[in-house]
Amino acid sequence: MKNEMELTFLSVSRNEAFARATVGAFVTQLDPTMDELTEIKTVVSEAVTNAIIHGYNNESDRHVKIKCMIQHENELEIMIMDEGVGIENIYEVKEPLYTSKPHLERSGMGFTIMESFMDSLEIISEKGHGTTVIMKKQLTKTKTVCH
Amino acid sequence: MSLTSSFTVKENVLVVRLSGELDHHEAVKLREAWQKKLNQEDVKHVILNLKDVTFMDSSGIGVLLGRYKEIVQLGGELVVCSINPSIKRIFEMSGLLKIIRLAENEQYALDSLGVAS
Repeated sequence: MKNEMELTFLSVSRNEAFARATVGAFVTQLDPTMDELTEIKTVVSEAVTNAIIHGYNNESDRHVKIKCMIQHENELEIMIMDEGVGIENIYEVKEPLYTSKPHLERSGMGFTIMESFMDSLEIISEKGHGTTVIMKKQLTKTKTVCH
Repeated sequence: MSLTSSFTVKENVLVVRLSGELDHHEAVKLREAWQKKLNQEDVKHVILNLKDVTFMDSSGIGVLLGRYKEIVQLGGELVVCSINPSIKRIFEMSGLLKIIRLAENEQYALDSLGVAS
């Protein structure tokens, strides 16, 4: 069953909850487990937060775009895009506990969480042109039915 | 769903109870309120009750680590109680379990800090 959706919203922190709830609602058609749903909502929250804080330096008049695709049976792909400052050194930002903004109490765990909660994580970024994060996850097919 | 926080003082312990979703948007507000309480009240230790927190991401870890450092600097301890399995996973990933003590519930946490019930 192929399906996709796109979502564009302003880069305000209030939209972090909106983004993860919306992606979560789209994913329910794949009948995810509670754990899978939590993982997906968490990675969306992480990537959208990065776009707002780092990509756009907290400027609230920019746009964050999300594209979700269900490719094959139960395979989910999520793209989260910004047109912000971009990442200079991708290896550096993926290091656990690395943060470019320690004064904002960032934990530096965003990409580590995205990598561990999803099957794959790809970061496409160009300085001055923005960042796209592509994450894929194969959801479990057989569910235990509880009566 | 947004985050609501309540602060109660029991002897020398500040009890912080959170309810809802703790993300970057809410973390900024929580940091302010929490820091204000820490400065206002004559407390040494903090118990953070996460029983009603339904969602938390790395922004929550950031605000916790920030307070942890402040509390430890003043010679106190931060005890986190009633944590759910998905939040515990994020704690584990970020190394928080190595430095922050967990308690099963608020009463156990209070007992461990010597607060009379």
